[in-house]
Amino acid sequence: MNTSVTTTTGMWKGGRSPFNVEYGKLMMWYFLMSDAFTFGAFLISYGCTRFATNGWPNPNQVFDKYPLSDVFGKPMPLVFVSIMTFILIISSVTMVLAVHEGHNMNKKGVAKYLVLTIIGGLAFLSCQAWEWTHLHGEGAWWGRNPFPNADGTMSTTNFTNFFFTITGFHGFHVFSGVVINIIMLIMVLRGVFDRRGHYLMIEKAGLYWHFVDLVWVFVFTCFYLI
Amino acid sequence: MDHTLDSLASEQHVGGGKKEIWRVTIILSVFTMIELVLGFYLMTVTNELMRHFIKGVIIIFMLAKAFYIVGYFMHLRHEIRNLIMTIVVPLFLFVWFIIAFLADGDSFKNDKNRLDEGHKARSEQQMPKQEEGSHKLE
Repeated sequence: MNTSVTTTTGMWKGGRSPFNVEYGKLMMWYFLMSDAFTFGAFLISYGCTRFATNGWPNPNQVFDKYPLSDVFGKPMPLVFVSIMTFILIISSVTMVLAVHEGHNMNKKGVAKYLVLTIIGGLAFLSCQAWEWTHLHGEGAWWGRNPFPNADGTMSTTNFTNFFFTITGFHGFHVFSGVVINIIMLIMVLRGVFDRRGHYLMIEKAGLYWHFVDLVWVFVFTCFYLI
Repeated sequence: MDHTLDSLASEQHVGGGKKEIWRVTIILSVFTMIELVLGFYLMTVTNELMRHFIKGVIIIFMLAKAFYIVGYFMHLRHEIRNLIMTIVVPLFLFVWFIIAFLADGDSFKNDKNRLDEGHKARSEQQMPKQEEGSHKLE
Protein backbone atom coordinates (compact mmCIF):
# COMPACT_ATOMS: atom_id res chain seq x y z
CA MET A 1 0.00 0.00 0.00
CA ASN A 2 1.28 3.40 -0.99
CA THR A 3 1.24 5.11 2.39
CA SER A 4 3.42 8.08 1.44
CA VAL A 5 0.88 9.28 -1.14
CA THR A 6 -2.15 8.80 1.12
CA THR A 7 -0.60 10.56 4.10
CA THR A 8 0.40 13.60 2.06
CA THR A 9 -3.16 13.92 0.74
CA GLY A 10 -4.54 13.75 4.29
CA MET A 11 -6.32 11.21 6.48
CA TRP A 12 -9.79 12.38 5.54
CA LYS A 13 -9.36 12.52 1.76
CA GLY A 14 -10.45 8.93 1.21
CA GLY A 15 -8.62 5.78 0.25
CA ARG A 16 -8.00 4.70 3.84
CA SER A 17 -9.66 4.54 7.25
CA PRO A 18 -9.18 7.91 8.97
CA PHE A 19 -9.13 6.11 12.31
CA ASN A 20 -6.65 3.52 11.04
CA VAL A 21 -8.97 0.66 12.06
CA GLU A 22 -11.31 -1.44 10.00
CA TYR A 23 -15.02 -0.63 9.90
CA GLY A 24 -16.13 -3.54 12.08
CA LYS A 25 -13.72 -2.69 14.87
CA LEU A 26 -14.75 0.96 14.88
CA MET A 27 -18.40 -0.05 15.12
CA MET A 28 -17.55 -2.45 17.95
CA TRP A 29 -16.01 0.51 19.80
CA TYR A 30 -19.16 2.58 19.32
CA PHE A 31 -21.36 -0.31 20.39
CA LEU A 32 -19.28 -0.73 23.54
CA MET A 33 -19.52 2.99 24.23
CA SER A 34 -23.32 2.81 24.07
CA ASP A 35 -23.24 -0.29 26.25
CA ALA A 36 -21.09 1.61 28.73
CA PHE A 37 -23.85 4.20 28.96
CA THR A 38 -26.42 1.47 29.60
CA PHE A 39 -24.39 0.01 32.45
CA GLY A 40 -23.55 3.52 33.65
CA ALA A 41 -27.25 4.37 33.81
CA PHE A 42 -27.93 1.22 35.82
CA LEU A 43 -25.12 1.88 38.29
CA ILE A 44 -25.94 5.57 38.67
CA SER A 45 -29.61 4.83 39.34
CA TYR A 46 -28.38 2.38 41.97
CA GLY A 47 -26.23 5.13 43.47
CA CYS A 48 -29.07 7.64 43.30
CA THR A 49 -31.45 5.25 45.10
CA ARG A 50 -28.82 4.46 47.69
CA PHE A 51 -28.28 8.17 48.35
CA ALA A 52 -32.05 8.67 48.62
CA THR A 53 -32.51 5.95 51.25
CA ASN A 54 -31.91 6.31 54.98
CA GLY A 55 -30.30 2.90 55.51
CA TRP A 56 -28.69 0.27 53.31
CA PRO A 57 -27.75 -3.39 53.89
CA ASN A 58 -24.10 -4.05 54.67
CA PRO A 59 -22.60 -5.99 51.72
CA ASN A 60 -20.11 -7.62 54.09
CA GLN A 61 -23.02 -9.29 55.90
CA VAL A 62 -24.97 -10.18 52.78
CA PHE A 63 -22.13 -11.57 50.65
CA ASP A 64 -20.15 -13.43 53.31
CA LYS A 65 -20.78 -16.98 52.11
CA TYR A 66 -18.82 -19.22 49.77
CA PRO A 67 -19.24 -22.87 48.76
CA LEU A 68 -18.61 -25.10 51.78
CA SER A 69 -18.74 -22.11 54.14
CA ASP A 70 -21.18 -24.11 56.29
CA VAL A 71 -18.65 -26.93 56.51
CA PHE A 72 -15.85 -24.60 57.57
CA GLY A 73 -18.35 -22.82 59.78
CA LYS A 74 -16.84 -19.39 59.24
CA PRO A 75 -18.50 -16.85 56.98
CA MET A 76 -15.91 -14.76 55.14
CA PRO A 77 -16.90 -11.56 53.39
CA LEU A 78 -15.31 -10.64 50.05
CA VAL A 79 -13.57 -14.01 49.62
CA PHE A 80 -15.84 -15.59 47.03
CA VAL A 81 -16.32 -12.43 44.99
CA SER A 82 -12.57 -11.79 44.86
CA ILE A 83 -12.11 -15.26 43.38
CA MET A 84 -14.73 -14.35 40.75
CA THR A 85 -12.88 -11.10 40.06
CA PHE A 86 -9.56 -12.86 39.55
CA ILE A 87 -11.17 -15.45 37.26
CA LEU A 88 -12.42 -12.64 35.03
CA ILE A 89 -9.08 -10.79 35.02
CA ILE A 90 -7.20 -13.98 34.09
CA SER A 91 -9.67 -14.79 31.32
CA SER A 92 -9.14 -11.25 30.02
CA VAL A 93 -5.38 -11.90 29.96
CA THR A 94 -5.80 -15.15 28.00
CA MET A 95 -7.99 -13.23 25.54
CA VAL A 96 -5.21 -10.65 24.99
CA LEU A 97 -2.80 -13.53 24.42
CA ALA A 98 -5.20 -15.02 21.86
CA VAL A 99 -5.26 -11.70 20.00
CA HIS A 100 -1.47 -11.56 20.24
CA GLU A 101 -1.14 -15.06 18.71
CA GLY A 102 -3.56 -13.94 16.00
CA HIS A 103 -1.13 -11.18 15.00
CA ASN A 104 1.54 -13.85 14.56
CA MET A 105 -0.92 -15.96 12.47
CA ASN A 106 -0.43 -18.81 14.93
CA LYS A 107 -3.62 -20.84 14.58
CA LYS A 108 -2.80 -23.31 17.36
CA GLY A 109 -1.93 -20.50 19.80
CA VAL A 110 -5.18 -18.66 19.12
CA ALA A 111 -7.20 -21.83 19.62
CA LYS A 112 -5.40 -22.66 22.88
CA TYR A 113 -5.94 -19.24 24.44
CA LEU A 114 -9.54 -19.06 23.21
CA VAL A 115 -10.26 -22.37 24.94
CA LEU A 116 -8.73 -21.00 28.17
CA THR A 117 -10.84 -17.83 27.86
CA ILE A 118 -14.01 -19.86 27.37
CA ILE A 119 -13.15 -21.96 30.44
CA GLY A 120 -12.63 -18.75 32.45
CA GLY A 121 -16.00 -17.40 31.30
CA LEU A 122 -17.77 -20.62 32.19
CA ALA A 123 -16.06 -20.67 35.61
CA PHE A 124 -17.26 -17.14 36.28
CA LEU A 125 -20.83 -18.02 35.22
CA SER A 126 -20.76 -21.08 37.50
CA CYS A 127 -19.66 -18.92 40.44
CA GLN A 128 -22.46 -16.48 39.72
CA ALA A 129 -24.99 -19.31 39.42
CA TRP A 130 -23.88 -20.58 42.83
CA GLU A 131 -24.17 -17.13 44.38
CA TRP A 132 -27.63 -16.49 42.94
CA THR A 133 -28.82 -19.91 44.10
CA HIS A 134 -27.42 -19.27 47.56
CA LEU A 135 -29.04 -15.82 47.82
CA HIS A 136 -32.33 -17.19 46.52
CA GLY A 137 -32.12 -19.84 49.23
CA GLU A 138 -31.70 -17.11 51.82
CA GLY A 139 -34.95 -15.57 50.60
CA ALA A 140 -33.57 -12.85 48.36
CA TRP A 141 -35.01 -12.28 44.90
CA TRP A 142 -36.55 -9.47 42.88
CA GLY A 143 -39.14 -7.94 45.21
CA ARG A 144 -37.93 -9.83 48.29
CA ASN A 145 -35.17 -8.70 50.61
CA PRO A 146 -34.49 -10.64 53.82
CA PHE A 147 -31.41 -8.57 54.72
CA PRO A 148 -31.86 -5.71 57.18
CA ASN A 149 -29.99 -2.44 56.87
CA ALA A 150 -26.52 -2.20 58.38
CA ASP A 151 -28.01 -0.67 61.55
CA GLY A 152 -30.72 -3.34 61.82
CA THR A 153 -33.54 -1.13 60.53
CA MET A 154 -36.16 -2.07 57.97
CA SER A 155 -34.66 -2.35 54.47
CA THR A 156 -36.37 -1.89 51.11
CA THR A 157 -36.36 -4.29 48.18
CA ASN A 158 -34.30 -1.79 46.17
CA PHE A 159 -31.15 -3.54 47.32
CA THR A 160 -32.02 -6.95 45.88
CA ASN A 161 -33.76 -5.48 42.82
CA PHE A 162 -30.65 -3.58 41.81
CA PHE A 163 -28.32 -6.43 42.70
CA PHE A 164 -30.12 -9.06 40.64
CA THR A 165 -30.82 -6.71 37.72
CA ILE A 166 -27.27 -5.41 37.37
CA THR A 167 -25.36 -8.63 38.06
CA GLY A 168 -27.91 -10.43 35.87
CA PHE A 169 -27.38 -8.00 33.01
CA HIS A 170 -23.63 -8.38 33.43
CA GLY A 171 -23.93 -12.17 33.61
CA PHE A 172 -25.92 -12.07 30.38
CA HIS A 173 -23.03 -10.19 28.79
CA VAL A 174 -20.59 -12.81 30.05
CA PHE A 175 -22.84 -15.52 28.63
CA SER A 176 -23.03 -13.88 25.20
CA GLY A 177 -19.25 -13.30 25.34
CA VAL A 178 -18.72 -17.02 25.91
CA VAL A 179 -21.03 -17.82 22.97
CA ILE A 180 -19.12 -15.37 20.74
CA ASN A 181 -15.80 -16.91 21.82
CA ILE A 182 -17.09 -20.42 21.05
CA ILE A 183 -18.11 -19.25 17.56
CA MET A 184 -14.64 -17.69 17.14
CA LEU A 185 -13.02 -20.96 18.24
CA ILE A 186 -15.03 -22.95 15.67
CA MET A 187 -14.05 -20.46 12.95
CA VAL A 188 -10.38 -20.66 13.98
CA LEU A 189 -10.38 -24.46 13.97
CA ARG A 190 -12.05 -24.53 10.53
CA GLY A 191 -9.26 -22.28 9.24
CA VAL A 192 -11.57 -19.42 8.24
CA PHE A 193 -9.12 -16.73 9.39
CA ASP A 194 -6.10 -18.44 7.84
CA ARG A 195 -7.91 -18.35 4.50
CA ARG A 196 -8.86 -14.73 5.09
CA GLY A 197 -5.25 -13.87 5.79
CA HIS A 198 -5.80 -12.08 9.11
CA TYR A 199 -7.25 -12.62 12.59
CA LEU A 200 -8.94 -9.22 12.94
CA MET A 201 -12.23 -10.86 13.95
CA ILE A 202 -10.56 -12.18 17.12
CA GLU A 203 -9.72 -8.59 18.06
CA LYS A 204 -13.38 -7.59 17.84
CA ALA A 205 -14.44 -10.53 20.01
CA GLY A 206 -11.59 -9.58 22.34
CA LEU A 207 -12.84 -6.00 22.68
CA TYR A 208 -16.24 -7.31 23.75
CA TRP A 209 -14.69 -9.71 26.24
CA HIS A 210 -12.49 -7.02 27.83
CA PHE A 211 -15.53 -4.79 28.11
CA VAL A 212 -17.27 -7.48 30.15
CA ASP A 213 -14.25 -7.55 32.45
CA LEU A 214 -14.28 -3.74 32.61
CA VAL A 215 -17.93 -3.65 33.67
CA TRP A 216 -17.24 -6.19 36.40
CA VAL A 217 -14.54 -3.88 37.82
CA PHE A 218 -17.29 -1.31 38.39
CA VAL A 219 -19.98 -3.76 39.55
CA PHE A 220 -17.54 -5.40 41.98
CA THR A 221 -16.57 -2.04 43.49
CA CYS A 222 -20.08 -0.60 43.68
CA PHE A 223 -21.86 -3.64 45.10
CA TYR A 224 -19.30 -5.51 47.16
CA LEU A 225 -16.66 -3.07 48.31
CA ILE A 226 -18.37 0.24 49.07
CA MET B 1 -10.85 -3.98 -0.08
CA ASP B 2 -8.91 -7.06 0.97
CA HIS B 3 -5.74 -5.19 0.30
CA THR B 4 -6.70 -2.43 2.73
CA LEU B 5 -7.61 -4.95 5.46
CA ASP B 6 -4.30 -6.74 5.07
CA SER B 7 -2.39 -3.53 5.47
CA LEU B 8 -4.54 -2.62 8.50
CA ALA B 9 -3.83 -5.98 10.08
CA SER B 10 -0.12 -5.34 9.91
CA GLU B 11 -0.30 -1.63 10.73
CA GLN B 12 -2.26 -2.29 13.91
CA HIS B 13 0.44 -4.56 15.20
CA VAL B 14 2.03 -1.98 17.46
CA GLY B 15 2.44 -1.87 21.22
CA GLY B 16 4.56 -3.60 23.78
CA GLY B 17 3.77 -7.23 22.90
CA LYS B 18 3.84 -9.97 25.52
CA LYS B 19 5.98 -8.00 27.95
CA GLU B 20 3.32 -5.32 28.16
CA ILE B 21 0.56 -7.91 28.64
CA TRP B 22 2.32 -9.39 31.68
CA ARG B 23 3.11 -5.96 33.10
CA VAL B 24 -0.56 -4.91 32.89
CA THR B 25 -1.67 -8.27 34.34
CA ILE B 26 0.52 -7.70 37.39
CA ILE B 27 -0.68 -4.10 37.78
CA LEU B 28 -4.34 -5.19 37.61
CA SER B 29 -3.79 -7.99 40.16
CA VAL B 30 -1.92 -5.71 42.56
CA PHE B 31 -4.62 -3.01 42.30
CA THR B 32 -7.33 -5.60 42.97
CA MET B 33 -5.47 -6.84 46.03
CA ILE B 34 -5.04 -3.30 47.33
CA GLU B 35 -8.80 -2.78 46.82
CA LEU B 36 -9.52 -5.95 48.77
CA VAL B 37 -7.20 -4.95 51.62
CA LEU B 38 -8.94 -1.57 51.77
CA GLY B 39 -12.31 -3.36 51.66
CA PHE B 40 -11.36 -5.53 54.63
CA TYR B 41 -9.98 -2.50 56.46
CA LEU B 42 -13.21 -0.58 55.75
CA MET B 43 -15.19 -3.12 57.82
CA THR B 44 -13.34 -2.11 60.97
CA VAL B 45 -13.67 1.66 60.47
CA THR B 46 -16.62 3.45 62.06
CA ASN B 47 -15.64 7.09 61.58
CA GLU B 48 -17.88 8.45 58.77
CA LEU B 49 -15.26 10.79 57.33
CA MET B 50 -12.62 8.06 57.31
CA ARG B 51 -15.07 5.67 55.62
CA HIS B 52 -15.72 8.18 52.85
CA PHE B 53 -12.00 8.70 52.41
CA ILE B 54 -11.30 4.96 52.05
CA LYS B 55 -14.20 4.58 49.63
CA GLY B 56 -12.71 7.45 47.59
CA VAL B 57 -9.34 5.68 47.46
CA ILE B 58 -11.06 2.43 46.34
CA ILE B 59 -12.82 4.37 43.55
CA ILE B 60 -9.49 5.84 42.40
CA PHE B 61 -8.03 2.32 42.13
CA MET B 62 -11.18 1.23 40.26
CA LEU B 63 -10.68 4.02 37.71
CA ALA B 64 -6.99 3.15 37.39
CA LYS B 65 -7.94 -0.47 36.63
CA ALA B 66 -10.44 0.73 34.04
CA PHE B 67 -7.69 2.84 32.44
CA TYR B 68 -5.33 -0.14 32.18
CA ILE B 69 -8.00 -2.48 30.77
CA VAL B 70 -9.20 0.01 28.15
CA GLY B 71 -5.77 1.42 27.36
CA TYR B 72 -3.73 -1.77 27.08
CA PHE B 73 -6.01 -4.84 26.88
CA MET B 74 -8.43 -3.07 24.55
CA HIS B 75 -5.45 -1.43 22.90
CA LEU B 76 -6.94 2.08 22.88
CA ARG B 77 -3.69 3.77 23.90
CA HIS B 78 -2.03 2.47 20.75
CA GLU B 79 -4.77 3.72 18.43
CA ILE B 80 -4.50 7.08 16.73
CA ARG B 81 -5.58 10.24 18.50
CA ASN B 82 -8.78 10.83 16.52
CA LEU B 83 -10.15 7.43 17.52
CA ILE B 84 -9.22 7.86 21.17
CA MET B 85 -11.03 11.21 21.23
CA THR B 86 -14.29 9.93 19.70
CA ILE B 87 -14.43 7.22 22.38
CA VAL B 88 -13.24 9.12 25.43
CA VAL B 89 -14.81 12.58 25.01
CA PRO B 90 -18.47 11.37 25.09
CA LEU B 91 -17.70 9.47 28.29
CA PHE B 92 -17.10 12.78 30.05
CA LEU B 93 -20.91 13.05 30.17
CA PHE B 94 -20.60 10.66 33.10
CA VAL B 95 -19.06 13.43 35.20
CA TRP B 96 -22.30 15.42 35.03
CA PHE B 97 -24.36 12.23 35.18
CA ILE B 98 -22.85 11.06 38.47
CA ILE B 99 -22.76 14.43 40.23
CA ALA B 100 -26.33 15.32 39.22
CA PHE B 101 -27.97 12.04 40.15
CA LEU B 102 -26.15 11.48 43.45
CA ALA B 103 -26.94 15.07 44.50
CA ASP B 104 -30.56 14.54 43.43
CA GLY B 105 -30.82 11.34 45.47
CA ASP B 106 -29.34 13.04 48.51
CA SER B 107 -31.68 16.02 48.34
CA PHE B 108 -34.67 13.68 47.84
CA LYS B 109 -33.70 11.85 51.02
CA ASN B 110 -33.35 15.10 52.98
CA ASP B 111 -36.70 16.41 51.68
CA LYS B 112 -38.48 13.18 52.57
CA ASN B 113 -37.04 13.22 56.08
CA ARG B 114 -37.99 16.87 56.52
CA LEU B 115 -41.40 17.05 54.84
CA ASP B 116 -42.92 13.55 54.99
CA GLU B 117 -43.99 13.13 58.58
CA GLY B 118 -43.37 9.65 59.86
CA HIS B 119 -40.98 8.73 57.07
CA LYS B 120 -37.94 9.02 59.30
CA ALA B 121 -39.65 7.19 62.15
CA ARG B 122 -40.72 4.42 59.77
CA SER B 123 -37.19 4.02 58.42
CA GLU B 124 -35.87 3.71 61.97
CA GLN B 125 -38.04 0.68 62.77
CA GLN B 126 -36.04 -2.42 63.54
CA MET B 127 -36.46 -5.23 61.05
CA PRO B 128 -37.86 -8.47 62.54
CA LYS B 129 -35.53 -11.43 62.42
CA GLN B 130 -36.06 -13.74 59.43
CA GLU B 131 -36.96 -17.37 60.03
CA GLU B 132 -35.80 -18.46 56.60
CA GLY B 133 -32.13 -19.09 55.81
CA SER B 134 -29.10 -18.96 58.05
CA HIS B 135 -28.51 -15.23 57.78
CA LYS B 136 -27.43 -13.63 61.05
CA LEU B 137 -28.34 -10.15 62.17
CA GLU B 138 -25.43 -9.63 64.59
